[in-house]
Amino acid sequence: MAYQDDIELMAHLMRRAGFGADRDELEARAAKGYEATVEELLHPETQPAADPYTLLRYQPASLLPGGQPPMGNVNWLYYLVNTQRPLEEKMALFWHHVFATGNSKVDNYDQLLEQIQLFRENGMGNYRSLLSKVSRNPTMIFWLDNQQNHGTAVNENWGRELLELFSLGAGNYTEKDVRECSRAFTGWTFETKIPRAPYGRFPWKFEYRPEDHDDGEKEFLGHKGRFNGEDILDIVVQQPACGKFICRHLYNFFVADEPQVPAWPIESPRDQKAIDTLVGVFRDSKFEMKQVLRVLFNSDFFKNARFQHMKSPAEVVVGTLRFVGGYELPKPGYGELSMNTAYMGQDLLNPPSVEGWHTGKEWINSGSLMARINFMAEKVGDTAAPGVRGIINRLKAKGSLSPDQLVDGCLDLLGPVQVGADTKQQLLSQANEWGQVSWNNGSSEVADEHVGQMLQLIVATREYQFA
Amino acid sequence: MANTDPCVVVLQLTGGNDYVNTIIPYNNPLYRDNRPAVGIPDNNIIHLDQAHGIPDYMAPMKAFWDEGKMAICHGVGWKESPRSHFRAMDIWHTCEPIKVGTEGWLGRVAREFDPHKENVVQVVSMGPSLPRALVCPGVPVACVAGPLERYGFLPQVQGNERTAVLDRFAKMYSPAIGSGPVMDYLSETAIDSLKGEDIIKVAPQKYTSTVEYPNSPIARKLKGIAQAHCADIGSRIFYCDHSTFDTHAGQNPGHSLLWKAVSEGVAAFWADLRAQNHADNVIMLLFSEFGRRVHDNGSGTDHGAGGVAFVIGEKVKGGHFGEMPSMEASKLVQGDLDPNMDFRSVYSTILDKWLGLNPAPIVNGTFEKPAFLN
Repeated sequence: MAYQDDIELMAHLMRRAGFGADRDELEARAAKGYEATVEELLHPETQPAADPYTLLRYQPASLLPGGQPPMGNVNWLYYLVNTQRPLEEKMALFWHHVFATGNSKVDNYDQLLEQIQLFRENGMGNYRSLLSKVSRNPTMIFWLDNQQNHGTAVNENWGRELLELFSLGAGNYTEKDVRECSRAFTGWTFETKIPRAPYGRFPWKFEYRPEDHDDGEKEFLGHKGRFNGEDILDIVVQQPACGKFICRHLYNFFVADEPQVPAWPIESPRDQKAIDTLVGVFRDSKFEMKQVLRVLFNSDFFKNARFQHMKSPAEVVVGTLRFVGGYELPKPGYGELSMNTAYMGQDLLNPPSVEGWHTGKEWINSGSLMARINFMAEKVGDTAAPGVRGIINRLKAKGSLSPDQLVDGCLDLLGPVQVGADTKQQLLSQANEWGQVSWNNGSSEVADEHVGQMLQLIVATREYQFA
Repeated sequence: MANTDPCVVVLQLTGGNDYVNTIIPYNNPLYRDNRPAVGIPDNNIIHLDQAHGIPDYMAPMKAFWDEGKMAICHGVGWKESPRSHFRAMDIWHTCEPIKVGTEGWLGRVAREFDPHKENVVQVVSMGPSLPRALVCPGVPVACVAGPLERYGFLPQVQGNERTAVLDRFAKMYSPAIGSGPVMDYLSETAIDSLKGEDIIKVAPQKYTSTVEYPNSPIARKLKGIAQAHCADIGSRIFYCDHSTFDTHAGQNPGHSLLWKAVSEGVAAFWADLRAQNHADNVIMLLFSEFGRRVHDNGSGTDHGAGGVAFVIGEKVKGGHFGEMPSMEASKLVQGDLDPNMDFRSVYSTILDKWLGLNPAPIVNGTFEKPAFLN
């Protein structure tokens, strides 16, 4: 069974470091090896990027989507569904969770997509330099009002969230630190926006205005000096709290669900040793995300954390679309399709607030559970979809299946998914009602249907909600 | 027969609503001193009395005040309130300022009312997420993200087959033995929703109204609440929110759009309930996680402490409860209004006088009870 173990482990890696993979891909990757696959994921530049021209040919409005959904969502969904660099896109999603920036205020998907591009390009790079880029990102500046943070009138929004949500976590600084941090970022703004009329939107550009910067002495986290923003970032990343905070985010996103962020100062991590390991790499590598991720994916604590993570709506939608196939091109209906994460509680590019989304168990409530199950069931029930055909063809090769074989075959090819005995019993009693499923004597349509229905039941299980 | 059990509607103003631009101490010179950039001009203030006004964009709220059906609770918050949205909201929801609470105050109410979960639609939340205030082990909450009509599992399966498939689904979610807290939570959520869907889905069929709601997200949510309430399906706790009141910058245009949507939505909601003769057993609480800093920052206001809450209803005794904390510089806490009414006081009155419950175990302590309900 060594081979099946490899497939299961590879499926786990691809669900977490990407958005899942079908059996052909899992087999190819398993043949290449686990560590080699991790390296490939960590080096997205070795794989072709998603082709933006195909997107624009079918959805030109997604180039500069403006402030109204769904064209901004269409744009990102296209990348998520088509990328051959799954970890690059997954890290963009990770940083979008952390540096949560939303259209509700920005009112400009052009700028939000530019920020996602920043995460794509730098998400696996150096955290210290990412912080620097985010501090200069006009979308972030506008989102947290730093253009209103003046030498003569301090606005604390960016300064506070930089410490609370982007680096240290609550409880690791004082109100005075917030104030001093904000002072250091006075004058960090963006060029005056060109009026939208008559030529439409123009990109926003960072600008530093020395005359608006408070150059006086500051006292920040025990350090004294005439600090500017970069000095603050240098101090921040050296704080032990910083590594702990970022690594706990990584653990929560990639390994296993943690309590919600506000509980972190009070509740210990579920695996302190794992966090310590990651923090050590973070510190020793001078904040290189790629090195932290390499250790994470190759660790036993990661490999053993199967199905310990509630799929986020983005993982549900993107994973399903990539799996069933046929959504590579934006086509009519893509706009509505792109809003499905929002129906499940995760409006991409528009998180509820700067705190981002509550994850894990909190993705689930009566309405969101209906939305996710209904979406997945509709997609996997389409027996004409390429991914579903792929499953049918593999099963069909056996000619005829007993109820047991049908259930096991579908569970295997959809994951492999592990289900509890009770769930298995229900799936089996459904299959028993159909009896032997056969493609041999002209009943192939019925057999196809039964596979589709079995897949629908499986995606509706409790177990399938976990990755 | 209309349901006459007392009901509560909560409207959460997410993001930290600016207290002093909501209830304006227009005679207080400190107001002008502190609000050079975002002060509301005199001719845009509607006077409630000799001391307090509301901005004109909250005009629909004035009618509730004039009818004596709106209580204004001043200076709500708590000592040592954090300036973090996240944490502050959590504390409002769970009444646990020190540790991380797992039970919401309204979740506890629901458990008191219906310990055996006889009504799975007792609590209705409009929106895609489940507010912590409603969370309590064993308490079902119907979270309705879209129109009520679209609530339900596996809509693509119809006809005779539907009963069988939903039966299979129910069995998959009802394992004989527990398999961990998150799995159990999933089971419970699914089974309760399954029971609730037929009730929720048909509520709009029992509803006809001549009241036109404005076209805003909060008005749509309030309309959903009116539909569920007027259908007499036994729902008693309703939750909705509007955001984001986090007006660090561009406050004057921002705050006015937010409150215009809220005030108009609230006005339509009450007009609707009254027209349908379903208003008498409802009160509505509006709150925000904190107020904002007294002195503006040149374009908006930063996170503060003491805030304002409103309670509206036919049976509510209108007026001011508590008083606005001093704006004197020496009385401020880190530049913020020092809360002088614990938020759990507001809850305590509602629990005791309206819902007939002992507040102490629900809000984790004994607090004064401002007399906005008899």
